[in-house]
Amino acid sequence: MTFTLDAALAARCFEVSLSLAPGETVAVLGPNGAGKSTLLSVVAGLLRPDTGRAEVNGRVLFELGPGVHTWTAPHRRGTALLSQDPLLFPHLSALENVAFGPRSAGVPKRDARETARHWLAEVDAAELADRRPGELSGGQAQRVAAARALAVNPEILLLDEPLSALDIHAAPLLRRLLKRVLAGRRAIIVTHDVLDAYMLADRVVVMEEGRITEHGPTREVLRRPRSRFAAGLAGLNLVAGTVTPAGIRSDEGLEFAGQHDAPLVSGQAGVAAFPPSAVSVFLSEAHGSPRNSFRVTVTDLEPHGDQIRVRAGELSADVTPAASADLGLAPGLEVYFVVKAAAVSIYPA
Amino acid sequence: MRRRRDSSYNGIPRWVMAVAAVGALLVLLPLAAMLGRVNWAQFIPLVSSESSLTALGLSLRTAAASTVLCVLFGVPLALVLARGDFPGQRLLRSFVLLPLVLPPVVGGIALLYAFGRQGLLGQSLEIAGLQIAFTTTAVVLAQTFVALPFLVVSLEGALRSAGSRYEAVAATLGARPTTVLRRVTLPLVLPGLASGAVLSFARSLGEFGATLTFAGSLQGVTRTLPLEIYLQRETDADAAVALSLLLVIVAVVVVGLSYRGPAPAGSGGRTARPGTAGNHGRVAA
Repeated sequence: MTFTLDAALAARCFEVSLSLAPGETVAVLGPNGAGKSTLLSVVAGLLRPDTGRAEVNGRVLFELGPGVHTWTAPHRRGTALLSQDPLLFPHLSALENVAFGPRSAGVPKRDARETARHWLAEVDAAELADRRPGELSGGQAQRVAAARALAVNPEILLLDEPLSALDIHAAPLLRRLLKRVLAGRRAIIVTHDVLDAYMLADRVVVMEEGRITEHGPTREVLRRPRSRFAAGLAGLNLVAGTVTPAGIRSDEGLEFAGQHDAPLVSGQAGVAAFPPSAVSVFLSEAHGSPRNSFRVTVTDLEPHGDQIRVRAGELSADVTPAASADLGLAPGLEVYFVVKAAAVSIYPA
Repeated sequence: MRRRRDSSYNGIPRWVMAVAAVGALLVLLPLAAMLGRVNWAQFIPLVSSESSLTALGLSLRTAAASTVLCVLFGVPLALVLARGDFPGQRLLRSFVLLPLVLPPVVGGIALLYAFGRQGLLGQSLEIAGLQIAFTTTAVVLAQTFVALPFLVVSLEGALRSAGSRYEAVAATLGARPTTVLRRVTLPLVLPGLASGAVLSFARSLGEFGATLTFAGSLQGVTRTLPLEIYLQRETDADAAVALSLLLVIVAVVVVGLSYRGPAPAGSGGRTARPGTAGNHGRVAA
C-alpha cells in the first residue's frame, strides 16, 4: 500500500526515485530550479516524463518506456494539488470551491455541499462559506484552498510551497492547521522553509539539479547534513573532504580537527559540520590548541538576528555588531576564522 | 472598461492626445455629417416602411443565427488555438483569421464556389435536396464566415491571458476535461466570450459584400439592412440615411452593452478579467 515513483525527464535534467509509506509526509527541500515543482507536476500528471513508472496502492499512475505506455489522466489520479497561489475559482463561492472536487466525482449537490461544510469547518473557515474568493484575505483563501484539496480525500496530497505567499501573521496559523490535517495523511510538501520540514514532515528529501542528493528523517538530515543545501538550511558550515586520524582534510587542502561522530576510517569521504556561532574572527593568526585556524577573505557581511554574519566564501561566522566594528570588518578584508575542534562534528558523507 | 477617475500620472505626451483627437474626429465627423442629413420629419415613416422593417427583421434574425454559429464553432477553435499544441497550429490560426483582412466580396466568391450550385459541396448538397446559395441560409453562412475571426481572436486572447493554472487545479481535484471546460474555463473567460460574441453580432449585422455575392438581394429572403440601404441610396437618399442611422443606433447599443464590461457579480477585484484590455486592440488591428 505504498506510493512509488521513478521518473526521468531529460528536458529538465530530472531524474528522481521516491517512495512513500501510507500516512507518511515527505518534505522536498532544495534551491530554486532544483526540480521540486517538476516532481509534483509529474506525480499529478500535469507533466509527462520521458520514462519511468509510478504507482499508488497498486494502481499504476504511469508507466513509460520502450514498448510500454500507460498513462493515467490527472483527474483519475487522486492527487490533489495545493500550490503557493490558492487558485480558488473566482466565480464560485468558498463553499462551491470546496464542493467542486466531490461534485466532479459525481457526488450529488447536497452531499457535496455537506462535505464542503465539513472541510471548511476543519480548516476553521466555516464562516467564510458564502464569500467569493475576491473577498478573502490571502490566509483565508489558502485555508479554503486547503479544504478544497482535502475534500477530495486524495491518495497523495501535493503541496507546493503552500505557505510562501502568506504574510508572517497568516503563515503560522496555516502551518499549525496543516500539521493537524496532514497527520496520518500521505503528502509531499515542497518547501524552502526548514520550519515546514520540522513541523510537517516525517522525512526530508533534498533535491539539487533535478536529483535527490540527500534524504532521511527530518531531524537526522538537519542535525547531520551531508549536502551543502541542507547544511545551509540547518544553519551549519559544511566542509566536505577526506577523513584523517585527527579530523578531515577538505578538498581544498585545509585540515580540520574535530570530533568523529561515528566510527570512521581514514581515507573515506566525510564531512565536517560546525555552526557559525562557534567560529571566532581574528585579524591575526591565533594560537592555542586544539584549534582550527584558517586565513580567509571576507566576502559579505549581513545581519543575522542580533548578530552579524561574516561570510568568507563557503564558510561563515557570527560575531556581535560591536566585535564587527572593533575588527573593522568589510568585504575584501583578510581575517582568520578560528573554530574549536570540539565544535566540529565529523561524519561520513 | 473602467474609466480612470484618479489624477495619477498617466505618461501620455500631449501630442499623442492631439493625434488621438484627430483620429477620433475621423470616426465621428462622418457620423455627424450623416446626422445632419437626416430628414427628421419623415424619419419614422421612412424606417417603418414595409421593406425597411423586413430588412431589419431579417438582419437581426440572421445576425443572431450567425452569432450562435460563431460561438458554436469559435469556442472550440479558440480553445484549440490557445491551448493546443499541434503541427500546423500557426497555419490554422492564419487561415481562421484570414476573413478579417480579406475583402468580403472575395469571401462571397469563395463561399459560392464551396456551397453554390456548381460548387465543391453544392452539387452533393443539391442531390440531397439542399440548396444554399441565394437563400437565407447563405446569408447566415456569409455572415458567420466574416464574423467568426472576431470571436476567435477575442476569446483566444482571453484564454491566453487567463492561463491554464485553474484548469490544472481542477483536473487534480478529479474533474474530467469536459467538466473543467464547463465549470472552470468558460466561466473564467465569459467576459471575453461575451465581447467576442457581441463583436461577431455587430460584424454580422453590417455584412454586405459577401452577402451580396453569395446570397444576392431578394427582399425578405436575403436582403439585409445594409443591402436595403445600398439599394435605397440610388432611389431615395432620405430613406438610405434614415436606415443608416438606424443601423448606427443598433451597432452603438450592441457595442456599448459589451464594452460596459460585464464584470461577474460580486467577484471582487481579484477576478481576472481576461479579454478586456489587450484583445480588443487586436480585433481592431
